Amino acid sequence: MKKGLWAAIAVFAAVLAFPAAGVSKAEGGTLNMIAWEGYLQPQWVNPFEKATGCQIHPKYAGSSDEMVTLMRSGGGNQYDMVSASGDASLRLIYGKDVQAVDPSKVPDFKNFGKAFQSPPNNTVNGKHYGISLQWGPNTLLYNTKLVKPAPTSWSVIYSSKYKGKITVPDNPIQIADAALYLMKTNSALKIKDPYELTQSQFNAVIDLLKHQKPLVKKYWALASDEIGLFKNGDAVVGASWPYQTNTLEAAGAPVKDLIPREGATGWLDTWMVSSHTKNLDCAYKWLAYVSTPKVQAEQAVYFGETPVNSKACPIMNKLAKGSCAQYHANAPLKYFKQIYFWKTPIAQCGWSTQSNCMDYTKWQQAWTQLKG
Amino acid sequence: MRPTGNRVRRPRGGALWRRPWLSGLALLAPPVGAFVFVYIAALVALFITALWTVNAFTGELVHTWTLDNFSQLWNVEAYHVIARRTIGIAAAVTITDAVIAFPFAYYMARLATPRTRAVLFVLILLPLWASYLARVYAWRLILDNNGVLNWTLEKLGLPAAGISYTNWSVWIVFSYIWLPFMVLPVYAALERIPHSYIEASRDLGGRGFRTLRSVILPLALPGIVAGSIFTFSLTLGDYITPLLVGGASSQLIGNVVYDSVNSSQLPFASAFATVPVLVMGVYLLIARRLGAFEAL
Repeated sequence: MKKGLWAAIAVFAAVLAFPAAGVSKAEGGTLNMIAWEGYLQPQWVNPFEKATGCQIHPKYAGSSDEMVTLMRSGGGNQYDMVSASGDASLRLIYGKDVQAVDPSKVPDFKNFGKAFQSPPNNTVNGKHYGISLQWGPNTLLYNTKLVKPAPTSWSVIYSSKYKGKITVPDNPIQIADAALYLMKTNSALKIKDPYELTQSQFNAVIDLLKHQKPLVKKYWALASDEIGLFKNGDAVVGASWPYQTNTLEAAGAPVKDLIPREGATGWLDTWMVSSHTKNLDCAYKWLAYVSTPKVQAEQAVYFGETPVNSKACPIMNKLAKGSCAQYHANAPLKYFKQIYFWKTPIAQCGWSTQSNCMDYTKWQQAWTQLKG
Repeated sequence: MRPTGNRVRRPRGGALWRRPWLSGLALLAPPVGAFVFVYIAALVALFITALWTVNAFTGELVHTWTLDNFSQLWNVEAYHVIARRTIGIAAAVTITDAVIAFPFAYYMARLATPRTRAVLFVLILLPLWASYLARVYAWRLILDNNGVLNWTLEKLGLPAAGISYTNWSVWIVFSYIWLPFMVLPVYAALERIPHSYIEASRDLGGRGFRTLRSVILPLALPGIVAGSIFTFSLTLGDYITPLLVGGASSQLIGNVVYDSVNSSQLPFASAFATVPVLVMGVYLLIARRLGAFEAL
């Protein structure tokens, strides 16, 4: 009996020791990464690990707010990198959670579209706090059978015509969508930037959203929620991402999306490096790797978003026919001009020397109170 | 060491034997210690955090004492609405479960054969083996606009229910999910009623309803109250069900706490989290008065 016990312990110890031995063989070190689900697929992570010896440990987050909280957990020592969206990146920069990086160490940086080399959501005073990754617009999605005539304006989600059949994202940054709509339709408010709102502008935007609330079926939290709502006919029109449109179209649902005439908000994700990382070498290797045309194309096609590297287009078309045009990877500059990329609202108004703009904490509180 | 006259060295166990409270203390120390450190310390930490604020820029806690979080709770109407909605839904779920569970538990405890009883027990507990999320998603398939419910109504020639993604569906799903936690204590209370009491009631001329009202219900009440502690407190703290099946106005306290924690607003989350603690404190005091703790 005792012998059996010792044998069992020995086997158990060996099992425990074995994977540890496997890790210690890798010389590159490890990268603990916070990412959106779908951003660290084995398809492009495995070749990286093999080539560099750097091991990647993914941690998926569900929202920008969660990403910021995770990056700050344990004094900021837990994670090495984060794929932050524009509504999180400034918070991380001003909170000194991430460090400035040198783009000259990323060979493909020069192939990025001009708009994505130094966008205001990851570049402050000429310093780059990360390397842009992928972007996409927040589109207007509608059911082609039930919404007639086809909408051309965001006004459709603020009018009572489709009361109880409207869905919008459950996210404080959604306030910017309403601000953009008012910026284009109500010149008396003098809104210059949907992310920089004074108290009176902010109040007008919140009033519009309060008026919208009884029309809303559900504030969706996950992309799969919105897909379900459209599939089941609980919603016929709403604010969305291209990902939902593609998934619904693939399932045969009668849907279409567009960028309405007022323009749209959009997200631009950035790989950022923690100020406390011990694996800067691996981090730079990763930044260079994810910027290459092949990986950019793979991620774009997998997730349904647009690469920042303009050389990714032909590879996208090889992976999925017509995907380059579908995701506007080759669109002219005019196309980007109508997209207002997410950035964290801060008290300092960019368009004046004043600092009386509503900061993100105010946006969060207003959003929670709005949902009530 | 100085010789101590006629004293004999005793084994150390003797000290424990002579002072029974000492061995009791030694036995209780680990669980009491764990309770103090894990439960009480966590609650105290919660209250203390609620009195701090957070730096909006860096998201770091600022350790200065302030009642700002509580005054915000007090002054903003939206938080009153959320608190009232949470307590209202918790109460509705509790009453619904009590009404459904009582006849079910009565049948199990007093009428069913041992074989049927075993089958019913398995049926009541079976849903607990499946994931909570799977059960909520299953309800979504039922309540959706094109779901099983509306499909059935349509086949029967009735109008669609139109309750998908509303507080009605939150109420239905909560009532379903917490039902086993009501059935079991009610069953335990009913099973304990001696049959002689019911015979005595009949001997005194009490008909079925009178016996139920004057004998069975009062004796089962502690069980119902014990079950209600579960259904009420579980609803009070939940945020997943309203997130998944709720509509545009289905935020409960749990949802606000979850959102606040995720957005580094820990002090405000702590302040709001004290509300259910207070509500449950009052509820447990009333429950103790009604003898619920003897029925557990």
